[in-house]
Amino acid sequence: MSDLLESLPGHDPGAPMLSVEDLQVEFATAHGTVRAVNGVSYAVGAGETLAVLGESGSGKSVTARAVMGIVRAPRGRVTAGAIRLRGVDLLTLPEETRRRLRGTTVAMIFQDALSALNPVLPVGYQIAEMFRYHRGASRREARRRAVEVLDRVRIPSAARRAGDYPHQFSGGMRQRVGIALAIALDPKVIIADEPTTALDVTVQAQIMRLLGEIQREHGTALVLITHDMGVVADIADRVAVMYAGRVVEEAGAHDIYARPAHPYTRALLGAIPRPHLRGKRLAVIPGAPPDMSRPDEGCRFRPRCELAGPGCADAPPLYDVAPGRASACHEWTKVIEG
Amino acid sequence: MASSTPVSASTDLRPVVRTGLTRSPAFVISATVVLIICALAVAPQAFAGWFGHGDPRACDLADSALPPREGHPFGFDVQGCDLYANVIYGARSSVAIALLTTLGTVVVAVVVGCLAGYFRGWTDMLMSRLVDVFLGFPALVGMIVILQTLSTHNEFTVSAVLILFGWPALARVMRGSVLAVVNSEYIAAARGIGAGPVRILLRHVIPNSIGPVAVLAGLNVGGIIAYESALTFLGVGLQTPAISWGVQLNTAQQYFTTSIHLLVFPSIFLTVTVLGFVLLGDALRDAIDPRIR
Repeated sequence: MSDLLESLPGHDPGAPMLSVEDLQVEFATAHGTVRAVNGVSYAVGAGETLAVLGESGSGKSVTARAVMGIVRAPRGRVTAGAIRLRGVDLLTLPEETRRRLRGTTVAMIFQDALSALNPVLPVGYQIAEMFRYHRGASRREARRRAVEVLDRVRIPSAARRAGDYPHQFSGGMRQRVGIALAIALDPKVIIADEPTTALDVTVQAQIMRLLGEIQREHGTALVLITHDMGVVADIADRVAVMYAGRVVEEAGAHDIYARPAHPYTRALLGAIPRPHLRGKRLAVIPGAPPDMSRPDEGCRFRPRCELAGPGCADAPPLYDVAPGRASACHEWTKVIEG
Repeated sequence: MASSTPVSASTDLRPVVRTGLTRSPAFVISATVVLIICALAVAPQAFAGWFGHGDPRACDLADSALPPREGHPFGFDVQGCDLYANVIYGARSSVAIALLTTLGTVVVAVVVGCLAGYFRGWTDMLMSRLVDVFLGFPALVGMIVILQTLSTHNEFTVSAVLILFGWPALARVMRGSVLAVVNSEYIAAARGIGAGPVRILLRHVIPNSIGPVAVLAGLNVGGIIAYESALTFLGVGLQTPAISWGVQLNTAQQYFTTSIHLLVFPSIFLTVTVLGFVLLGDALRDAIDPRIR
């Protein structure tokens, strides 16, 4: 409910729809504390799409889960930073208030819709619950609205399929149900955590198009977590590249393809398979991501970086490269000039 | 496995369960058996008189332990009472104890298992250690001691004692399946759309994790009836003049070399009842869980 957000302390209509500031998330494991997210900052405005890019284990999903408030104690903990919706810091809100914001103001689309849906309840029922619970709708009204939402995500004969269970849907249709669940209450922010990774390429395109349409219709701020550079080029306005728990480069989608300002981004772009390279070996980034349980004071990318020098023993700050662009590399000038 | 189930036009779970169930012969047969047994338990007088001697307490010692004959299809027990009428009347306390105990253990196990598995931390520590204490304690000795100190030995006290020592095994199973379910993506998703802990537990965790406990509880029904007869044998369960299959089987132990019918007829009823409950539990589990339909 938008009125709920407006009534909360710190609300500022001029602030970005969602901003994550210097977020740190730690997990207690058998091998000690792992800081999975180490000072992540990004912001998304209404109607804007931010792609969060990075390899497995870079902290993309953990950041998203921290925003949703589903990083669970006692194992995982947000230790520092702020998550603001229009200026309201979610981390200072009581749990009950945060709970009421989930689904109504911020919603999430999960990677694998089959595991994100309750297997013992029909999908229509699961969507209808949103209306009954958050909006106090009657059973009949909620069911009608649920069918409407299924219709909006273009599920054929929605009224009939609302009674089906998750396992009776195909992968693409199931992800549409996942999207339906996220958009049911018209949230201001949608976080999509690799929504198309589990799908084949033709279905991927349909799902991305659907997400784009929904976003345009409602002016939603969309955070799209992905490691698919093609998807990024298609629909993102801005890109944040994450590596080892922090954002190493942030830029407009066009700029990042034209002139990357961080060696990691450049290496990622170099690793995209292209038709004219047919038959040759794919480029890879040598080495492996760092062990997050043994933090390194310097630049985390140093061991894999071709530009690494003695200066890299100090962690680089986010340098302002250009208006709206930042790079966490001491040598960004060299990188950007190619 | 998942034969393409016809699409149901309703979001309601009930019609689906109904169509799935009536098609399963295991359900139809076991439900019929259980219904008959429950009918015996509720209204034994309607069945006991079928052969003309419906009063289980009309006994003549001259007939002691006589084999079946005209009008007395099951013969007589050692007191000279009609065994058929006694077996029919015996259904009541056996079924009452079995149902009460099963219900009680499942409720306690679900509550404890959910608290431990969902909230983890010190709640889990406390609950799990409590389970360990009960599992480590010799149950039969515990039951004897408690029943000995109680002055009344009726269906309720016996059930209460059986629940007290029966819940920990189920609670441990429940905790395990809750742990498996709690880390599912759909629980995170439910939390992500703003569901509170009570709703998550009732709607998402319990329906998805109760399967193993339900099946185990169904299998336990037979064991409970057997336990009840063991307690009776030790003199701390139901006591004559109470009529129960446990009491009958235990008297039969001393005479079965000479009068085998004393053992056979109550045993047949006991076995069929246990089988009925087990199959019913199994069929219900299959029907309620849409994944294995």
